[in-house]
Amino acid sequence: MTQPILLQGGRVIDPGKDLDQAMDVLIQDGKIAAVGRGLGTPDGAIVRNMSGRIVTPGLVDLHVHLREPGNEDEETVASGARAAAAGGFTAICAMPNTDPVTDNQAAVGFIVRQSDRAGLARVHPVGAVSIGQKGERLAEFGEMVSAGAVAVSDDGKPVVSSHLMRTALEYARTFSIPVADHCEDPTLASGGVMHEGLVAARLGLKGIPAAAEEIMVARDVLLAELTGGHVHLCHMSTRGSVAIIREAKERGINVTAEVTPHHLTLTEYACEEYDTHAKMNPPLREAADVAALRGALQDGVIDCIASDHAPHAYDEKEAAFDDAPFGVVGLETAFAVAHTELVESGIFTLPELIRRMSTEPARVFRLGGGTLAAGSVADVSVFDCAAKWSVDPAAFHSKSRNTPFAGRALTGRAVLTIVAGSIVHEL
Amino acid sequence: MTANSTLGKDLTGLEHMTPEQIRLILDTAEPFKEVSERPIKKVPALRGKTIVNLFFEASTRTRISFEFAEKRLSADTVNVAATGSSVSKGETLVDTAKNLEAMRIDMVVIRHGSSGAAEFLGNRIASNVINAGDGKHEHPTQALLDLLTIRDKHGKIQGLKVCLVGDVLHSRVARSNIWGLSKLGAEVAVCGPWTLLPRGIEELGVKVFSRVEEAIEWADVLNVLRLQLERMEKGFIPSLREYYRVFGVTPERLERANREITIMHPGPMNRGVEIDSRVADGPHSVILDQVTNGVAVRMAVLYLLAGGRAELADAAKRGAGSSE
Repeated sequence: MTQPILLQGGRVIDPGKDLDQAMDVLIQDGKIAAVGRGLGTPDGAIVRNMSGRIVTPGLVDLHVHLREPGNEDEETVASGARAAAAGGFTAICAMPNTDPVTDNQAAVGFIVRQSDRAGLARVHPVGAVSIGQKGERLAEFGEMVSAGAVAVSDDGKPVVSSHLMRTALEYARTFSIPVADHCEDPTLASGGVMHEGLVAARLGLKGIPAAAEEIMVARDVLLAELTGGHVHLCHMSTRGSVAIIREAKERGINVTAEVTPHHLTLTEYACEEYDTHAKMNPPLREAADVAALRGALQDGVIDCIASDHAPHAYDEKEAAFDDAPFGVVGLETAFAVAHTELVESGIFTLPELIRRMSTEPARVFRLGGGTLAAGSVADVSVFDCAAKWSVDPAAFHSKSRNTPFAGRALTGRAVLTIVAGSIVHEL
Repeated sequence: MTANSTLGKDLTGLEHMTPEQIRLILDTAEPFKEVSERPIKKVPALRGKTIVNLFFEASTRTRISFEFAEKRLSADTVNVAATGSSVSKGETLVDTAKNLEAMRIDMVVIRHGSSGAAEFLGNRIASNVINAGDGKHEHPTQALLDLLTIRDKHGKIQGLKVCLVGDVLHSRVARSNIWGLSKLGAEVAVCGPWTLLPRGIEELGVKVFSRVEEAIEWADVLNVLRLQLERMEKGFIPSLREYYRVFGVTPERLERANREITIMHPGPMNRGVEIDSRVADGPHSVILDQVTNGVAVRMAVLYLLAGGRAELADAAKRGAGSSE
């Protein structure tokens, strides 16, 4: 049995209960035992004075890429879980585009075992939609779910065949899991390396038009309507997608969506000077898209923030823009970037941000957590929202350093992360 | 001389250059033109300098033009053709940069299929880097020789109407021309099928014509871009035949303008596709003058980047007779 933990006098924010007050949180036997004022200290408890700190349900990230198996030099389940804990995440969902692809129960079980072995943030596997992510035959959802998969996705690639997507949505209903889609029309996006717009025209780089995403978003919404399945739209990047999702939700279609911290804060101009750390897919778009994404996150059209943490080796990004891979790491900067850009700037309240990074993602993938209700699992994060720090990629726990935020001055930092009642990170 | 009249370490593009820097190159090219007309075509300006011509893409005209420019300035040159390598391009570029640096060379002239490759190299080595064409980004020396040719022909650039006709989307020549011409006060337009024009092009301050007849009506100078045959294979245009019929620069179309229009082409030409032979070889074509000016402009760029000053261009010219 782990020692009880008493977090005394922090500002406790639990968006699920509209709670935002100075209180104590008592953790016992891996569960939230009580939230209240002046809680007594059980024998042998670890006691932490939380005054000036923010105590929240642990952050949940629905979208990360850990490179194990296949590219363990870039990230492993353990290093990703360590980075997550350092960033205030208690649970992360690992996308299946590993090598080999996580498309069967043995592969899913491997991720679960590596996560247990690491004993840090929980790593929930996402299984592949299709065998080998080839977009041809459905993977065995049932077996993967019984091994621990929480969703299916061919992320990294879209599910190109509308028929396969339809089948996946229908079949996934059987197991009450969402199908998470990377929305991109491959014929429109082909060869593109950044947003199709003025900056791409100047730099002489092939663009990916906003319509490449929006066509797939519209298709997925229609297929969700047809099938009644739950489609989760990954890393939304355009104002057009926001409009389609808004309308779909108004019509009651079973659709959820996520947005990354970088799409909420950066534009195509970050690609100037061919900075490969600003190369990701979907690409950084225009200021009007950023504004629409922020608005959509605020009013719940987009449900949650997800990092799309995508580690790449130094050598791979040290290349001409066309030749560098897509993707940036995000687990260790996600909260601080969102806090600095959305909360400090007065656009979001802190409880609103916690809702979008904990309560909602936990709900969307039905993960448990995301709450401080008594009896629920003790996944808790504590932040020092006054802490000012500057992003130093060399100090990352992640094995990779490919961030567009290097050197950025940020405010807010995870100082204590508790998973199942055990401290997994403390500053 | 103004503070910003030196070129800095590298020449990677015209977008971030000042009008003064561009004029300095054109003015410095003037005395170098004459060097190529001498029986002994050599001046000692870059004696003892080593230059690597690093071509990751096939090129005949640009590579030879650079090589002549280097040799006429008495530099030692090495040509590296890195085409057809199975190694991924990015890795090759990093390793190549490090190896060149280790050999203590003075300058690198690079052509590469990836936009931004010249800047990438320039940021990683101490030697001067000259962009001889990077992907679809820029081809600054081509635009400089175009500017020099226009200035020779019209006596000015300010106020002239110049239209780039054809595949602007994939053209590094077009981008460099747009920057160079705009900075020197020309009015710039582009003309081509919408499939071959970059989205957002109007925001660069250029006019857009979708019909070549309108462009001809408007322009003092037409710079006709090469239509790469693979564009048809990739579906940007339905056929070369139709391209010629809709966008070809023909004598019939030019006659309707009823005034002299200067015709340019960066080469190599597809006669009978983007340009009719009678136009290419006609009285208003300056296509071969462009080639001649290419050597002088590249001499000027090499000379200035090596630390030569504008005033010395004349001296370099005068000193040549006694040195060789």
